[in-house]
Amino acid sequence: MQKHSVFTEHVTLNMGPQHPSTHGVLRLELDLEGEVVLECRPVIGYLHRGVEKIGEARTYPQFLPYTDRLDYLSSASNNGAYVQAVEKLLGLEVPERAKYLRVIALELNRIASHLIFLATFANDLAATTLFLYAVRERETVMDLFESWVGARLTQSTMRIGGVMADLPEGFIAKANAFCRLLPQRLNEYDRLFTRNRIFEVRTRGVGILPPEIALDYACSGPTVRGSGVSYDVRRAAPYEVYDRLDFDVVTFSSCDCLARYLVRVGELRQSVRILEQCLEQLPEGDYCAKTPRVLKPPAGEAYGRVESPRGEFGCYVVSDGGTNPLRVRLRAPSFFHMAVLPQMLKGWKIGDVVAILGSIDIVLGEIDR
Amino acid sequence: MSQAGFHEFFLAHGWPWFGDALWMLLTAIAVIVFVLVTVLFLVWLERKVSADLQSRVGPNRTGGRFGLAQTAADALKLLMKEDLIPECADKWVFILAPFLVFVPALMVYLVVPFSNTLFVKDLNLGVLFVIAVSALPVIGLLMAGWSSNNKYSVLGAMRAAAQALSYEIPLVLAMVCVVVAAGSLRVGDIVGSQLHYHWFITRPPLILAFVIYFIAALAEVNRVPFDLPEAESELVAGYFVEYSGMRFAFFFLAEFAHLFFVAAFATALFLGAWEGPGLWPWVWFLLKTYAVIIVIMWIRWTVPRLRIDQVMSFAWKLLVPASLLAVMLTGLAAVYGKL
Repeated sequence: MQKHSVFTEHVTLNMGPQHPSTHGVLRLELDLEGEVVLECRPVIGYLHRGVEKIGEARTYPQFLPYTDRLDYLSSASNNGAYVQAVEKLLGLEVPERAKYLRVIALELNRIASHLIFLATFANDLAATTLFLYAVRERETVMDLFESWVGARLTQSTMRIGGVMADLPEGFIAKANAFCRLLPQRLNEYDRLFTRNRIFEVRTRGVGILPPEIALDYACSGPTVRGSGVSYDVRRAAPYEVYDRLDFDVVTFSSCDCLARYLVRVGELRQSVRILEQCLEQLPEGDYCAKTPRVLKPPAGEAYGRVESPRGEFGCYVVSDGGTNPLRVRLRAPSFFHMAVLPQMLKGWKIGDVVAILGSIDIVLGEIDR
Repeated sequence: MSQAGFHEFFLAHGWPWFGDALWMLLTAIAVIVFVLVTVLFLVWLERKVSADLQSRVGPNRTGGRFGLAQTAADALKLLMKEDLIPECADKWVFILAPFLVFVPALMVYLVVPFSNTLFVKDLNLGVLFVIAVSALPVIGLLMAGWSSNNKYSVLGAMRAAAQALSYEIPLVLAMVCVVVAAGSLRVGDIVGSQLHYHWFITRPPLILAFVIYFIAALAEVNRVPFDLPEAESELVAGYFVEYSGMRFAFFFLAEFAHLFFVAAFATALFLGAWEGPGLWPWVWFLLKTYAVIIVIMWIRWTVPRLRIDQVMSFAWKLLVPASLLAVMLTGLAAVYGKL
C-alpha cells in the first residue's frame, strides 16, 4: 500500500434528515475524501407510517385517501393504481367519461409534479428564480383541482368506479387556457435555464446511469427514459384511455442528469398534448359507476399499475371476500431509484450529489410508506 | 472642518493629539454608520430586486408600503437572539472569527473616493492597501469554519479559502492594469487620470481588465454563480452554519459591506468615480455604484451555481491567463502611448 506522508482520513458526512436538498426526510451517509464522494449509504424510514398495514384495517373506499399521501406530489397516480386494482377485483366497468376525467386528473398531476421537479432541481443548482416561476405555473394546476374536487394537494380525485365529481363550469376553458400558456412558459424556461451554459456544465455527463444498471435495478419513469430505455406504462400496458390518445414517449440516451431533466421537460409538453386531446374528446355520460354501498370484492388478487410522474407506480390488492383488503402492497418507483443512487453518486462531488439526487426526483412519502 | 483643522484648533489649546484622536473617532463613526445604513438598504434592495425578477412582491408591510423597515426589523431580531456558542466549538476562535471578517470589510472604506472632497484618506498606496486588507477575511472564514467543529462549516471554509485565494490573483492583476494606466497606486490619482470622461472602461485594454475585475469580484463576494462557500442547497450555510444572532449578523454585514465596496471600487477604478454632469459628485458616485450592485444582484438571481472544480479551473485556466494578458496589453499600450 502506498504510504502517505500526511495522515488523512475519510470524513463521514450526514446529509440529512434535516437538509435543504434531500427532498424530505432522507438521510445520506456520505464517505468523503475532500469533496469527492467515495460511498453513499441512503438511510430511509423517517417517514414510515405503515400505510400498507393501515390498508388492511380500512374498507376499500376508506383506504383511498391514504394513497394520496404516498407520492404527495401526484396523488392522482396513487389513486389511479389503487382504484385500478380494486376495480379489477370487483370486475367493475368504469364509464367512458370517468376514464377521460381520470386521465385529465393524472396528466394535470403529472404537470404539477414535473413543475415541482423543475423548481426543486433549479433550486438545488441555486437558480432560485426558476423555482418561483415553476411554482407559479403549478399554482394554476392547483387552482384547477381546487375548483374541481375542493382540495389542492391531496385531492383524492378518484373513486372506485370513477371520479369524485364532474368537472365544474368553466373548468374546460381554464384548462385549455393553461394548455396554451404552459408551452410558452416552458420556452421561456428553456431560454432562462436549459440553455444556460452553467446549467449545462453542471448536468451534462453528471450522474451517469447506464441502461443495463437502470433495468437491473427496476428503474422506471423518466429515470429509465433518461437512460435511453423507451418504457412507459401508458404505452406498455395502456390503462384508462391512453391507447386512444396520441403522445410520444420522450427518451434521451445520454444517461446523465441533463437527460433526465430533458425527459421531464419533454413530458410536460406531452402532457399538455394529452390534456388538450382529452378536453376535446371528453364524452357525455356518468362520472362514476354505480357501486354498492358496501364493497365486498370476491376473493382474489389484482395488480393495478400506472405511470406516475416518477415511474411505474403499482398497487397489489388481495381480497378474502370481506370489506377490508387482506393485503395491500405498494410499488413505489422512488424506492428503486433510491436503491440505485449510491452507484450514481460514486466519484462525484458534494455539489453533484444534490444535482443527481434532484434528477431522480424522489418523494420520501412513497419510499417510506 | 478637516483633519488639519482639528489639529490646528487643539494645537492652539496645547492638545494636538486630542484633535487627531477626535478626528479619527469621528471618521470611524461616520464610516461605520454609513456602512451599516448602506447594508440595511442593500439587503432591502436585494429583496426587492429579487422579488421583481421572480414576479413576487417582496417586503411590503414593515415600514410602509415598500417594507423599508424590514431589514431594520430583522437586524433588531438578530440582536435580541440568544448568543449561542456550540459546546464543541473552539470558543475563542469562534468568537474572534466574525470580527476578523467584519473589520477588514470596514477598513477598505478608508480609500473609497465618494467625491473629490469626500473621502477618509487618500493613501498614496491606496490600491495596495485594498489588496492587502481584502485578503484578510479569508483567515476569519477559515477560523469560523474550523472552530465551529462542524463538517459542513469546514467544507464551506475550505471552499471559501480556495476560492478567495484563487480569485484574488485575477482581481489584483485587473487592478494592476488600472495602476499601470494611471501610473499611481493612489486612488485619487487613478480617478484624476480618468477625468474629462476618459474613463478607464472606455479604453480598450482596460475593458478586458474591467470584465476580469467584475467576475473576480463576484467570486470575492461569494455571489452566484460563485456562492459555493455558503451553497445553501449543498452545505446548508457553509462556514457560518453554527453562528446565530449577532455573530451571524457580523458575517452578513461583512458580506454586504464587501459587496458595496467591490462595486464602489469598480466605480472608482473603471467608471470615472464621481464624475458626471449636473448632479453632485457623491450622487454620481452612488448612482454608478448602485448600478454595478444591481447588475451583480441581477446575475445572482438569474444563473445557477458552478461546481467547486469548475470554479477553480475557471479561475486558473481562464481568468488568470486572461488577466496576465490584460496586464501585458495595458503595459504595451502605456509604453507606446496608445492608452
